[in-house]
Amino acid sequence: MPEPEQRDEVEMLATMLLIRRFEERASQQYQAQKIGGFCHLYIGQEAVVAGAVAATRPDDYIITAYRDHAHALARGTSANACMAELFGKATGCSRGLGGSMHYFDKTNHMYGGHAIVGAHVPLATGMAFASKYRKDDRVTLCFFGDGAINQGGFHEALNLAGLFRLPVIFICENNFFAMGTSVKRSTSLKEIVNRAEGYDMPGEVVDGMNFRDVRDKLSEIVASIRKDPHPAFVEARTYRYRGHSMSDPASYRTKEELEQYRLEDPITRLRAQLTREGKLTNEQFDQLDKRAKDEAMASVKFAEQSANPPLEDLYDYTYAEQKVEGESSSARGSRSTQPAKRGSSTKKSRRGADTAASANGDKA
Amino acid sequence: MREITYRQALNEALAEEIARDPDVFLMGEEVAEYNGAYKVSQGLLDRFGPERIIDTPISENGFAGLGIGAAMVGLRPIVEFMTFSFSLVAFDQIVNNAPNMLTMSGGQFNIPITFRGPNGPAHQLGATHSHATECLYANVPGLKVCTPATARDAKGLLKTAVRDDNPVLVLECELFYSHKGQVEDEGTELLIPLGEAERKREGTDVTIISYAQTVPMALAAAEQLAGEKISVEVIDLRSIKPLDWPAVFGSVSKTHRVVIAEQDRPFCGVGAELAYRIQQEIFDELDAPIQRVAQEDVPMPYNEALEKAVLPSVEKIVAAVKKICPA
Repeated sequence: MPEPEQRDEVEMLATMLLIRRFEERASQQYQAQKIGGFCHLYIGQEAVVAGAVAATRPDDYIITAYRDHAHALARGTSANACMAELFGKATGCSRGLGGSMHYFDKTNHMYGGHAIVGAHVPLATGMAFASKYRKDDRVTLCFFGDGAINQGGFHEALNLAGLFRLPVIFICENNFFAMGTSVKRSTSLKEIVNRAEGYDMPGEVVDGMNFRDVRDKLSEIVASIRKDPHPAFVEARTYRYRGHSMSDPASYRTKEELEQYRLEDPITRLRAQLTREGKLTNEQFDQLDKRAKDEAMASVKFAEQSANPPLEDLYDYTYAEQKVEGESSSARGSRSTQPAKRGSSTKKSRRGADTAASANGDKA
Repeated sequence: MREITYRQALNEALAEEIARDPDVFLMGEEVAEYNGAYKVSQGLLDRFGPERIIDTPISENGFAGLGIGAAMVGLRPIVEFMTFSFSLVAFDQIVNNAPNMLTMSGGQFNIPITFRGPNGPAHQLGATHSHATECLYANVPGLKVCTPATARDAKGLLKTAVRDDNPVLVLECELFYSHKGQVEDEGTELLIPLGEAERKREGTDVTIISYAQTVPMALAAAEQLAGEKISVEVIDLRSIKPLDWPAVFGSVSKTHRVVIAEQDRPFCGVGAELAYRIQQEIFDELDAPIQRVAQEDVPMPYNEALEKAVLPSVEKIVAAVKKICPA
């Protein structure tokens, strides 16, 4: 395993700070009712995605569930694009059409943002299948919560990944609560990592509050997969400081428990490690934190000033424009080929729900 | 032209598209070593090998999702369901993931995937194995749905589906796999556009709109009614979504009477949308109320006589025509 570089660790600390400060701003804007729908914060879990990103290449595939702001930010999606998405603006990373739970960034190989629990785990298996099919050496990182591991699709996906020996790492971000239901009350296993055994893949527990532990253990797994493709399972034990979503006061757990985890805060911890080793001064840390705060603040301004997606684009994203043979020319011209009317029919304009016609590019 | 079976036509379409594009592969239960539960993929494993013709466990939700994930990164999977009744196990993948991805990602991820397999009641299989799923899937924006009724359409629509950049469901007629029909010679590129209906018979008194299993029924009804001096025009929709509205409106504007013969259930079925759109767009063209022949609104019984009573039939179509065409 290569010795981790100092620069990388400071950079990843900066990323973790950006995630933290971005979500604090998002929380504030949500409470100010600038953000609609649901909003699930990642605060407390930053070391998991930061460690995983530090252990992989920028062209490795990343896919996650609905608690997805951090995964996009860690992969390089700008705070502006992330905040604008929360505001539903056209400049958002999903053009304001996805929202908090559906962040996508193709350029940075971030494949969503998926809000049906467990339903993206088969997708990850498919992405890894493509790597094997094309004989490239990409690794797919599939993140999900402890709530996903009891869904059927999760088990089907792990079985397929094991059966086909696909290059995918299933990373369970175990924050001990599926919404308000604790792992003890939802899962027959005492140790989530033992799910791996059922599919004959290596399983590893990592300290999800410790950036270095996540990165180092994942680096080993990634190296093994690149050498000879196989799936792996990682249980990252972590903690979300906030409720499941913005509306959740998290009354199912104690204040003492939360305070206990705060003592292990992943940002404080990495900072202390770097400071102890003489790799980071207090002034440097303050600068990083200020930069993160400024970036988060600026993203709010950017989102506020951005335009909404234009109403006339409403039908543009239902079907991909067909670039290949087989397109129906008659369907495309359907509106201009209305039969002649008999009598004095008062024809109303076609309702918006005419996706059938727009399916073949008819938006005229 | 030569005569081949519907099954052979599908097999040719698969072989041609897999040979043409290295990103295309076939995946499903028993598609490889068993050569297909209905032998549609006969010989493909020998020809293309196990990297491209892939057997899966009985795990519809898993392999449907795998296909969608592979499509997200640019492959063009063909996913076979042993029957579309089993696709319901993968409903979340087909309804929530495949068609929503393009919108949810703000246009970044289209899903070029083909889901195919037999669909519709197929003689005494009971309630769980007899679903006609077209109305379920046509309800979903982002999906395309076609229903080939002939060998030629089976080949031409499947090839088009595989080349489409969106999720397309090719709902094959389980009962028609051994039906023979005229199809262009191999080597002729046969692509039938999605959203293009076909007039199967010209007539002047009434239009029967049909698709899939009801196409031969409509043609038989038309033949019988011709003996009673009723001239019937028969339309085969071929695609449910997109739907060829000009063909529908054009024919009904000519005959002024319409019977919709559909293989699915009546409540929120394909015919419900057709009836709504016909009255909305060309109300003044209608000389009689729109008639529908569909399944009875009950779970499919096993008993042969009861199943027959549930299904659309030539007799039911003839009766519906006579109701609106005075002798």
